[in-house]
Amino acid sequence: MSARDEVLGRIRTALGPDRRPPAEVARGYRTTDDRPLPELLDVLADRLEDYRARVLRCAPDAVGATVAAALDAGLGAGWAAADVVVAPGVPEAWRPAGSTEDDGRPAVGLTAFAATLTGVTVAVAETGTLVLDASPVCGRRALSLLPDCLVCVVTADQVVGGVPEGLARLDPLRPLTLISGPSATSDIELQRVEGVHGPRTLLVVLASD
Amino acid sequence: MTAVFLGIPTAPAGVGHLRGDRPFPDAARDALRDGQLRANLGHATTTIRGKRAGVVAEVPDWAQLREAGRALKAATMARLDEHLEELERQVTARGGTVHWARDATEANEIVTRLVQATGADEVVKVKSMATQEIGLNEALEAAGITALETDLAELIVQLGEDRPSHILVPAIHKNRAEIREIFARTIPGVDPGLTDDPRRLAMAAREHLRERFLRARVAVSGANFAVAETGTLAVVESEGNGRMCLTLPQTLITVMGIEKVVPAWRDLEVFLQLLPRSSTGERMNPYTSLWAGVTPGDGPQEFHLVLLDNGRTAVLADEVGREALHCIRCSACLNVCPVYERTGGHAYGSVYPGPIGAVLSPQLTGVEDNASLPYASSLCGACYDVCPVAIDIPSILVHLRAEHVEAQTRTTPEAAAFRALSKAMSSPRLWRLAQRATGLGRFLARGRPTLPATLPPPASAWTRTRDLPTPPRETFTQAWAREHGSQEGRA
Repeated sequence: MSARDEVLGRIRTALGPDRRPPAEVARGYRTTDDRPLPELLDVLADRLEDYRARVLRCAPDAVGATVAAALDAGLGAGWAAADVVVAPGVPEAWRPAGSTEDDGRPAVGLTAFAATLTGVTVAVAETGTLVLDASPVCGRRALSLLPDCLVCVVTADQVVGGVPEGLARLDPLRPLTLISGPSATSDIELQRVEGVHGPRTLLVVLASD
Repeated sequence: MTAVFLGIPTAPAGVGHLRGDRPFPDAARDALRDGQLRANLGHATTTIRGKRAGVVAEVPDWAQLREAGRALKAATMARLDEHLEELERQVTARGGTVHWARDATEANEIVTRLVQATGADEVVKVKSMATQEIGLNEALEAAGITALETDLAELIVQLGEDRPSHILVPAIHKNRAEIREIFARTIPGVDPGLTDDPRRLAMAAREHLRERFLRARVAVSGANFAVAETGTLAVVESEGNGRMCLTLPQTLITVMGIEKVVPAWRDLEVFLQLLPRSSTGERMNPYTSLWAGVTPGDGPQEFHLVLLDNGRTAVLADEVGREALHCIRCSACLNVCPVYERTGGHAYGSVYPGPIGAVLSPQLTGVEDNASLPYASSLCGACYDVCPVAIDIPSILVHLRAEHVEAQTRTTPEAAAFRALSKAMSSPRLWRLAQRATGLGRFLARGRPTLPATLPPPASAWTRTRDLPTPPRETFTQAWAREHGSQEGRA
């Protein structure tokens, strides 16, 4: 008998012949959040900063300048646009002039860049979570991982209140990365230290009217 | 109905890390003498308890989430075979390959064969309880393959040639000075000026692993969840080592216990709220990676999922004990347990320590192979209170104790004592005699409120770890008779 058939057979033996249908799962928890958008944006910014991300807020037509300001904060003034790699779907207006569009080079080649610029697909206010789904505006997963400074642009329409609303907007067949603050560890005496293997600096440009 | 009766095998001995080489009380006694260990554990568990309590309190619907988590797990187990078959179909449809492993030995063979097929002699690993459980690193090493742990705490344990002592923070028993010493001794070319500042230590690990991530061709991971309806796997982590392993290598091999499957994508909305807050005490962990099969141009182009039994179906056969399979490995029960806080994880012998380990390990191995673990608890119930999926650990402990007692073929001193007690309590005359005999206790106590701990055997087996109160001058029946003037024993 194959291992597959044997394991499945054991499960059927363990559960016995007279299986009752499992009880209906009561989803009594919150699945929506009725707070007005400005409040959700405030919560998102607060939660992001609580986990040591920097948040820069701006009007939708000022994203490009705010991205530049974010890079000033992340890389120090005098950064070179050539050190910044952007996801292929990032709008032209957001990009620093002279930055490099990700061309799908071997992932190791991305380590040459100091910073990455991407969009997101959803942001969850309550947990301070950005979700990247490998769509053109988010880029492939290695892009938001290897350069040490990550700048993400979030637009107001992408912000939801809680985790259930956030997951409902996602396509589970895409490679998804949920990012809540910069890389961190609590492995030494359970003291949280930001910055291990992922980007040590996370900057969020939050655009709203 | 038990697994033994049904002929379902438990996890085999001689492979993996589910059995200790000493009973819990013996190992615990040594651990309690280690002052440094107790200080480290006391500090760490106090910190994490406070963080967890804070972030759980800010969720108004925590009770509803917890109930949904419990119900989802119960519903999943009731149809486990169907969910696994669906998971297999979905993963396969998206370009992954699914393997089934009856036990640790078979899982190790599968992974070794898969690594060998790539020609690689080094793999990078994401922290995974399942691969710890089956002793995968040792099996790979025997085949000439180096397994490199990349989680900071796992790295500390690996470099220190130590054993993990906590589900979430395997190096919780080491403090920063001890970790600095391990790094200074074992990492080639490490900065000799390395201090014990946690930030500097984390940076040393980053430098040590960076090149290895970039050159790795094969990664091995576990999984926190696998969604049957979509074939989506989830790994929850903090450092980004998981993302490195799940993204950069050409080949990814994920080893997952069969109980980790969840039926629907929507179910993650419950578990992704329950897990981080219970585990690290964060609203959300820094990184969660989700993937379904293979995505052209993004991440590993070869994906293998190994579904592991290794005693889980034996646990499933026990209607009371199967709740232990609901565990999402958050480790909240370890952090609140007064026993774990004092003994640490090594005393439990298994890779699953603390309250959940005390119910899971004996069931995976068969209770006789971990017979002391169901007793490694004061039954205070703190573990049940914090469990995000409401596993009634104390009740399972009691259930396993009963199973252990029933399995004894020879009369134990405890059984003899209870038989004598039963006899005495069935007869008023014997009971009065027994009560009078307790006057001997007053003599031994010599006026102190408890009896001395150093009674001769067999009484010492009880009094060594328990305070036995000095018997009162008179029994309730005697007092009643004295105050009410009725005859003793008439009532």
